[in-house]
Formats: sequence, structure tokens, C-alpha cells
Amino acid sequence: MSSPVEVRMIVNGTPRAGRCEPRKLLIDFLREELGLTGTHAGCEHGVCGACTILVDGVAARSCLMFAVQADGATLTTVEGLADGDELHPLQQAFHRHHALQCGFCTPGMLIAALDFLATNPEPSEAEIRDALSAVLCRCTGYQNIVKAVADAAEKMRAAGGAS
Amino acid sequence: MTGIDVDYVGRALLRREDRRLLTGAGQFVADLELSRMLHVAFVRSPLAHGRIRTVDLRAAAAAPGVVLALNGADLLRLVPPAPDAQLSLPSKWTAAVQHDFLNPQQPLLAHDKVRFVGEPLAVIVADSRYAAEDAAELANVELDPLPAVVDAAGALAAGAPILHEHFGTNRIGHFTITKGDVAASLAAAPHRLRRRFVHHRYAAMPMECRGVVAAYDARSDAMTIWSATQVVHWLRREAAHVLQMPEARVRCIALDVGGGFGVKGHVYPEDLLIPFLARRLGRPVRWIEDRHEHLLCSAHSRDQVHDVEIGFDDDGHILALDDAFTADSGAWNTLGAGIAYNTAVHLPGPYKIANYSSSATIAVTNKVPNSAYRGAGRPEAAFVMERLVDLVAAELKLEPAEIRRRNMIRADEMPYHAGLLYRDGEPIVYDSGDYPEALEKALDAVGGLVAFRRHQAEERQRGRYVGLGIGCYVEGTGVGPFEGATVRLDPGGKIYVASGACPQGQGMETVFAQIVADQWRVSPDDVVLALADTAAIAMGFGTIASRSTVTLSAAIHHASGKLRDKVFAVAANMLECAPADLELRDSSVGIVGVPGAAVSLAKIAAAARPGWDHSRPSGVDAGLEETHYWEPPTVTWSYAVHVAIVDVDPDLGRVSVARYAVAHDCGTVVNPLLLDGQIAGGTAQGLGGVLLEELVYDESGQLLTGSLMDYLVPTASDVPEIAMIHLAAPSPLNPLGVKGVGEGGAVAPPAAIANAVGDALAPFGIEINRTPIRPEELVAAIRAARSR
Ligand code: FES
Ligand code: FES
Repeated sequence: MSSPVEVRMIVNGTPRAGRCEPRKLLIDFLREELGLTGTHAGCEHGVCGACTILVDGVAARSCLMFAVQADGATLTTVEGLADGDELHPLQQAFHRHHALQCGFCTPGMLIAALDFLATNPEPSEAEIRDALSAVLCRCTGYQNIVKAVADAAEKMRAAGGAS
Repeated sequence: MTGIDVDYVGRALLRREDRRLLTGAGQFVADLELSRMLHVAFVRSPLAHGRIRTVDLRAAAAAPGVVLALNGADLLRLVPPAPDAQLSLPSKWTAAVQHDFLNPQQPLLAHDKVRFVGEPLAVIVADSRYAAEDAAELANVELDPLPAVVDAAGALAAGAPILHEHFGTNRIGHFTITKGDVAASLAAAPHRLRRRFVHHRYAAMPMECRGVVAAYDARSDAMTIWSATQVVHWLRREAAHVLQMPEARVRCIALDVGGGFGVKGHVYPEDLLIPFLARRLGRPVRWIEDRHEHLLCSAHSRDQVHDVEIGFDDDGHILALDDAFTADSGAWNTLGAGIAYNTAVHLPGPYKIANYSSSATIAVTNKVPNSAYRGAGRPEAAFVMERLVDLVAAELKLEPAEIRRRNMIRADEMPYHAGLLYRDGEPIVYDSGDYPEALEKALDAVGGLVAFRRHQAEERQRGRYVGLGIGCYVEGTGVGPFEGATVRLDPGGKIYVASGACPQGQGMETVFAQIVADQWRVSPDDVVLALADTAAIAMGFGTIASRSTVTLSAAIHHASGKLRDKVFAVAANMLECAPADLELRDSSVGIVGVPGAAVSLAKIAAAARPGWDHSRPSGVDAGLEETHYWEPPTVTWSYAVHVAIVDVDPDLGRVSVARYAVAHDCGTVVNPLLLDGQIAGGTAQGLGGVLLEELVYDESGQLLTGSLMDYLVPTASDVPEIAMIHLAAPSPLNPLGVKGVGEGGAVAPPAAIANAVGDALAPFGIEINRTPIRPEELVAAIRAARSR
């Protein structure tokens, strides 16, 4: 065990800082130090994708990073998706299409979809399925998630690509 | 106020629970943060079978941050072990079914022997999980290894090492059920087939693992346990027993739970140990299972081997069926006879089989305990029966669908007496439905059989192998003994409902709001629900076995009926009319046929309060709250037909599911959107089970699939779009006419896919009689067939 170090980052637009051991995983730092428990740990070995967040605009598994590696980075977690009371188009589409049951995978799924639509705003169903293979869902059988992402993509395009 | 004359039951309402879950504001047990909370890690057995020599925790206890370290022997001095209990089975059942059972009880920590890899040997409590895990590494464990048994056949063989030595046997359960004269009808049958069927071990694998947090309040001598469980009242009962506390002082709450599917449907040692530690240390204690622990220690399921003989006539009518099977229960038996008995009684499925016998042997092995997972014994049954039907078809060179048509129970034969007893001790009576119609509709949904056969022939010409497979099942749902509901008219006029049902993603907050809204003619927004909390209702059963919509809707119906009588009595006094003249409308009670002559539910609630100036008629006591514990007469029977079309790559052995359809009947549909979600999710799990998922042990009892890299949960690319056809024959057994649907999706896919792969590979004469379907085995079988 080595002594705690200071970690600073911008999370969902707000500068945040905390102290942790160098070995502390980013997901644990987010959840325990910053109280952002929306990001979930489903495996802690990089497979399930529940812990997916954006690090400097790119999807990353927060269970595979140490908090110190994100020092100085800009992060987006599920808590940063909605604009005040107004849900993000992806969140709205997940609600409309019943794309979540237990909701445990949902934060990772939303962030993975956000990342995907940023690079592919007009995806085919196969492309959506392929991209979402990075996040496991045990409840839904995926079909409503696929519909939700396709629908959100359309709405986001109509709104001028803004996310 | 808007008019509330519509029925909410039957509408695709969007879910009330979504918003918090979509914004990261849900609260799962791992999200709970309590002041001065301590963290737990376990020292777990590295061996499948061994005698414990020492579990030396001196170094661990001295490690930084450690507050307490206990091994099994330490714990035994503090908490007396639970005695091996009698299974609780209805006396109607025990009197009628020939059986014998032993029921070893797993200790909170192993103290004499270890019996599976991962069994907890010691617990470390520290001020962080990191510190607890560091300290757990310092435990010095010495075990005398014993030979392991890793399957039922090995466990039952003469001279096998015995897990629970005081029993002198690994055979911990046996029963036989029978109807008709199986031996004679088999002997007389024009055709007979004999086969072995193997259904492998896989597991529920919810995305959230298990977790328990407990906090003890010394001032009031009260314990609160937050557990990711499906059964809060069961947990409270066991915790009260272990802690020697009155149940009234133990509260158990399930917060948002990230999927259950059965694996969280019973009480685990950790559920009891964590509260014990919290009381001993006077600080909140938390244990969150990680995925490796989940694979290693949370219940697995399936794992049966059947030897079956079937007799049939020239037309494919099934005359007799003789089944003998072993169930590998792992090291401890969590659910007694439940799963194996489910298998035995569900095996005949939707068919008329006059002579039937099933004999089950439950064996303990050095593996993780086996428990219920979505279907709980039924996928194994459907796999056996549906494979047999296809084998009969192949033998007679008939279409498999045709054999099903000839043997299926028809709608005009309902209710159908199956001639067996359910595990609630009641005779099995299939209450309603049209099985042949479900079959035809499912076939139509994939384009029809005739068109498929044409397509299949063309594909074969081109060297491509496509196949169509059918999987049918019937399922007893909504099992007793009971579920309860407390219904209260809240002072603000809202309807409050409390129950012991425990959601894990089913959308109960939405579904029951719809049901209550109709009962009370209020908006679903005016329904306040309290679920999964023992403080909300005295007794509860929990959410397992496709039961909550059935049992809780009925409990709500009856409690509401009692409360309505009282509400009407008060309202009649206020409106100066007779209760019989009243009706519910728009969040109020009004005089039938007299618009405007009404009093709001809020006013009625105020009028019924105890004390001065109430408006109750004489003889009506204060308060507006009623509880009803509904005891179902017996289960109600759901059913479905699944049809799969697969494409098998003969060189790679890869099975792709091209089309998949489910025609099912769960009676009255409360919310079609959520219903489809249940079926799609269950079907995806069944597909994963037959094609991808497998818990593999080596011969020494080491689990080889200890991560999600090895245990393959289906991804979005693995699961096809599932077409659904709804038949809705209301159940006559409950007020709303519902049948359970939670598990069904997972029951038929192994059967349907095995039949489809067998159909695709029929030119090679390959039978798929064991799961999972492994690409390398298909390739080997095709090669062998080609070189014949
Ligand atoms: S928790 Fe990070 S991938 Fe599973
Ligand atoms: S909604 Fe439960 S895991 Fe995806």
C-alpha cells in the first residue's frame, strides 16, 4: 500500500478532486470518492461493459483504469447525460422502447451507445448490434435496446446531430 | 381531474422505475453508503474436497485496516450451526409421493471439511475492501485433500468419496412418480426408443452480483439487512433465527436489484453472516460479491442426466414413457426436491401420455450448490420430451410437427387432468389454453413449415444446412403457499399497497400500479407501492417461480375488496345513501347514476380517521387498511411453443439462429410491452444456455470458467430478433385471469435449438442429445458421418 495521491478531473462538466491510493480503480474512485454510483461494476475484469464511461470523449472501461491514469482527464458518466430535467435522446428512447429491465447494465449501455453514435450517426441494425456487443445485458435480450438506439440516432440526426 | 374510466390493465404503459435507472439515480446494494461502514472479504477454499487442518488468521488479523478475522471454528463457537433440517413439503405431497430425502445444511463458514472450490473458510472485516482482500491473502490455510466427485454418476458409484460422511451416501434424495402401467404398455408398444439426454450446468448470471449490507442499532436492538435478494421475508426469518432476535426487530430490504432469475431466490450464508458481524462489531458491514466469487460460489443450475425409454405406435402416438434421471445438486442441497420434482412433473409437457414414470436421484458432488434458475428444472424436462418427439418422428419418417399434433392435448379437452401431483400437493390440472393453435401460430411466424421444407431442400442442394426445430412446454406458475398485500387509503387519497413481492427488473412498480388503478378507479400515478421490504407487511413469500403477477394481483384484489366495503360504508354515511348505491369513479366514490353526488377518496380517508369529528357510521372502526394473504388453490398453467430456424456451418460447426418465434399464453396480459420484454430476455438466456454458456469443472473439481471471458453470456450480436405471438386464454384460477410468464422464455430454447440443429444435420444422421451444442463436437460428428 502506498500513500494516497491527489487526483483531479473534470466530471460531467464539473472540476472534481479527491485523494486515493495509486492502485485505486477509476470505477471505485468515481463511486466511492465522488459518490457517482450510477456507473456499475458487473465484472471488474473488462468484459461486461457496465462500467463504461467517456474518458476525454472516448468510451473506456473504468474497471480497467486506475484513477491516477485519469488525472487531468475529462469524464462523462451516466449522471452527466441528462440536461437538467430533460433526458438525453438516448435516455428517452430507452424509456420509450422498454430497453431496460433491472437497469444495471443501462448506464454502460447508454454511454457505449453515445460513443458509438458520435462516430456512426446513421447506423444499420447490424452495426448497432456489433457496437453494443461491448456491453452485456442479461435482462432484455437486446432487441429493445437495438430499437432504442436506432430511434435515438434518428432523433439526434433530426435535431442536428447535437448530443 | 381527468376521467378515469379506462382500464389500465392491458395497456403498454411505460415504466415508472425507468427514470431513476436511466439517470444513474437507481440504488443498488453496492451503492449504499453508511457511516463507519466496514468491508468484508472471504478466504475461500482452493480445493474441491478436503479436511480442514488449519485456517490460521494471525497474519491476516494483524494486517493494516483489519478489524476482525474469523475462521469456521471461531464462528462455530459464536453461532451454533443450523441442524440438518427436514424439508418443508406439504403433507398432501409427502403422503402421496414415494420419496426419501436428506437435507445437509451449509454452515456459514466451513469448519470441518471443504466441499467445493470457493466455499468460504474465513471472513475478514476491514475498513476497506482493498484492505480486506490484502489481508485475506495472508490467511494460512492447510487442508488435507480428499478425492473429489464431480458428477452424479461418480458420486453414486460404489466406493465414491462421501461428502457428508454422517449420511454414509452421496444420494441425498430420491423419489418416483408414476401413472398408468409403464412396464406393460412399453412391452406392448409397437416401437420403442431408448436414449440418454444430458443437460449441462449453467447459471443465471445476473449483471449485478449478490451483495449484503447490514447495520445494527443497539439502542432499539434492531437489525436492518439490505440484500440483493428475491426473498426478503425468507431472509428475515432465517436471520432472526441465527441472530436469536424476534422477527419484528429484523428488517430486510431489497433495493434496486440488478437481475435475479432464481440465483438470488434463496438465502445464502453471506446473507446471515454479514448481519452477525454488524451486530458483533457495532458498525455497518458490507459485502459485495465480485464476478469471480459469483461464478465460484453463487448457485449454478441445470446439470441433469436422463435415461429414457419411449413406446409409440405406427402413427406416432406416444403410449408410454419411462424416465430415470440424476440431478447433480453440488455440495449442498438448497431447494430440496423442488427442481428435480419440477422436472419430473413437467416432462410430459403438452402431450397425452397415459403411462408415465419418472424416478429421480439427487446426488451431492464437489461443485457449487445447484439451485433454481429461470425454469427451475423445466428446461431439462422440455429438452428430454421435445427431443424424444423428434426422435419418434425420425423413426417413423414423419414431420416432427405432425407427431406433436397427434399427441397434443386439445383445447376441447381442457381442463385436462394430468394424473400427477404438483409440488404443492394438488392434482395437476392444465386449466386453459390451446396448445395446437400455439404450434400452428409459431410455425406460421417463421414462414410456415411447407415453405421451410422447400427452402431447406434447395439449401441442401447448395451444400448448406438449415434446420427447423420446435420446443414446446407447459409450466405451472403462480405457486403457493401465499402472497400478501396490504391496501391502505392514504390520507391524501392515494392508494398505498405493500407486499413481500421483490422486483429485480420485471417492472412491478408499473404493473401493480396498473392493477391497483383499475381496482380503485384512480390514475396509476396515484398508486404508492412498497415492495421488497419486510417493514411494509408482516408476511411475504417473495419473487421466484413466475409467481408474483399471479399471486400478488389476487392478493390485491381481495384486500381491495375488503377495503372497498369499508370505504363504501363510510362514503354512504357521508352521502346519506346505501353502500349498495355506490361506485368508484375518478378517485372518488359516487352514487350510481347521479353525476356530481360523490365524495373524494381523500375526504373519505379523513372521515375514517380515529378521534373526534369522524364521519364513520356506528359499528365501523377507524382506519382504512386491509391485508389479505392469498393462498392460490394451485398453480395455473402457462405454455408456449418456440420455433427456431438455424443455419449450421458444417466446416466450423457454428450455429446461427436465423429466425425465432414464440407463441405463448400467459392469460390476461397486464402490460404487453413488459410482457414482450420478459419473453425476449428469457429466450436470450435459453439461447445462451444451449449455445454458449457452460460451467466447466475439471476432474479435481476446479472450476475452469471463472470469468466472463470463459463463461460466455450472449451479446447483442448473438441474439436474434424474437417474434412473439400472444394467445390469451384467461386463467380460471385467479381474479385477474393471469398466468405467470417470468421463466417461460428460458425453458424451450435448448429443445428448439437442439431439434433445429438435428434437423439441419439430418442428412448426416446426427442426433443432438446433450447440451451445450459445441461447434467442435458438431464438426467432429459431421466429419465422422462423412467418412462413414
Ligand atoms: S465492470 Fe468493467 S467491464 Fe465489467
Ligand atoms: S437491464 Fe438488466 S442487465 Fe440490462
